[in-house]
Amino acid sequence: MDYALKIEHLGFAYGDGHVALRDVSLAVQPGEKVALVGPNGAGKSTLMLHMNGILQPGSGSVTICGLLVDDKALGKVRARVGLVFQDPDDQLFSPTVFDDVAFGPIYQGFSEKEVRARVDRALAAVQMCDYISRVSHHLSVGEKKRIAIATVLSMDPEILVLDEPTAGLDPRARRGLITLLRTLPQTMLISTHDLRMVAELLPRTVVMDHGAVVADRPTGEVLADAALLEAHGLEL
Amino acid sequence: MHVHFLDPYKPRASLIHAFDPRVKLVLAVAFILAVALTPIGAWPVYVLLFAVILSVVMLSELGVGYVLKRSALALPFVLAAVPILFTANGVPLLTVPVGPWTLTITVEGVQRFVTILLKSWLSIQMAIVLAASTPFPQLLVAMRAVRMPRLIVAIVGLMWRYLFVMVDEVLRLLRARTARSGDPGLPGVRIGGSLAWRARVTGGMAGNLLVRSFDRGERIYAAMAARGYDGEVRAFPLPPIPMGQRLILGVGLAVLLLLVLLGYLV
Repeated sequence: MDYALKIEHLGFAYGDGHVALRDVSLAVQPGEKVALVGPNGAGKSTLMLHMNGILQPGSGSVTICGLLVDDKALGKVRARVGLVFQDPDDQLFSPTVFDDVAFGPIYQGFSEKEVRARVDRALAAVQMCDYISRVSHHLSVGEKKRIAIATVLSMDPEILVLDEPTAGLDPRARRGLITLLRTLPQTMLISTHDLRMVAELLPRTVVMDHGAVVADRPTGEVLADAALLEAHGLEL
Repeated sequence: MHVHFLDPYKPRASLIHAFDPRVKLVLAVAFILAVALTPIGAWPVYVLLFAVILSVVMLSELGVGYVLKRSALALPFVLAAVPILFTANGVPLLTVPVGPWTLTITVEGVQRFVTILLKSWLSIQMAIVLAASTPFPQLLVAMRAVRMPRLIVAIVGLMWRYLFVMVDEVLRLLRARTARSGDPGLPGVRIGGSLAWRARVTGGMAGNLLVRSFDRGERIYAAMAARGYDGEVRAFPLPPIPMGQRLILGVGLAVLLLLVLLGYLV
């Protein structure tokens, strides 16, 4: 079985000794849409940073599309996994929308024609084509979130990893984003507190708490398990 | 993601750590002043001053190695004193031809240069011990207690507070860039983009950081003003300095004064 993402017995502690992940195992098949839920500090973000090789396993292993994540494979892994950070201001570091969306493809060494084509395609996918020459700094949060997703779509990733995509959005922007995520074909792993979005969008849910996976079941079952939600500080 | 490496405070249960921050601040500044006032080439006094700082370091339990390692930070600044080697008038020691010019190193120049080197090294060690043995907020309170202008204390305090926020922001920007620095694995394609393009990206990041820092500054000021900020660092009043520490303060200042006087006698 070829997994898009396979994590085996992953353990990780930060430099100050704080243990963030304990024996986490998770396998995701191509095209699967998975929610990652759990209270603040459960280790969701730390886990996501491992999927892109930004953090390296203390123990255990992370495999992306058959590639073991280590120093040698970093570049290839980053080309396959599009990581979208929670705060779009972290994601958008260039002066204009074009520069930001073009960063990934230019870095990967594509020709100017190909870069422009990819930027156009990525912005079309998030319905932000008119924003190509705008200054990122002046956009609204909802617009920034869409651009942030475009910055990784332009890299043609196989897996999208999103950290709290709906946090801080007004209802209309949230609805727009959910509709957008529904149209994207990539394998998806979304860390979120928005369980209503999970119910709508993601068939499988992984619950984390205290750095460990405490449940990994179909979303319907997890959301129906009041005791589980209560025990891990989740609310529908 | 947070930065801790900048914070120089090292908790220990030493005598120096237990001192009142006001006493430490005054003695540290007096030491640096004494080092600065000692005349050029008063080598025996430098040795005595080094003995003082060495005993303080040992009493602080920070580790002589730790302080020496950190004091190496001061070395690059000594480069600014290099011209003195050539500009001081005196007995020529060595002549270096540089193209059409000749540069002459004088004995006096070398003396002055070595003096500056030693003085900055001694001073930075005391500053290191002060910063490593006193939590920063206490240092701010001590600065106010010895009547340092409150504007300066406020600037130092806010700089300290937001240095960490800014470094965190830089780390997040760098992380976002790293996350998108992928390699498609196509044969014959060089990744990384051109040097000029990378320089432009980095320039964009620096610009972004500047704009965000301005914005953040405005938000912070609004939040501070909303809570009645008037530029004063407020803290519970410090307890009076115990008699023993007052004595040490007096003795310390007297010793430093004697050392400076000794420098003019030898």
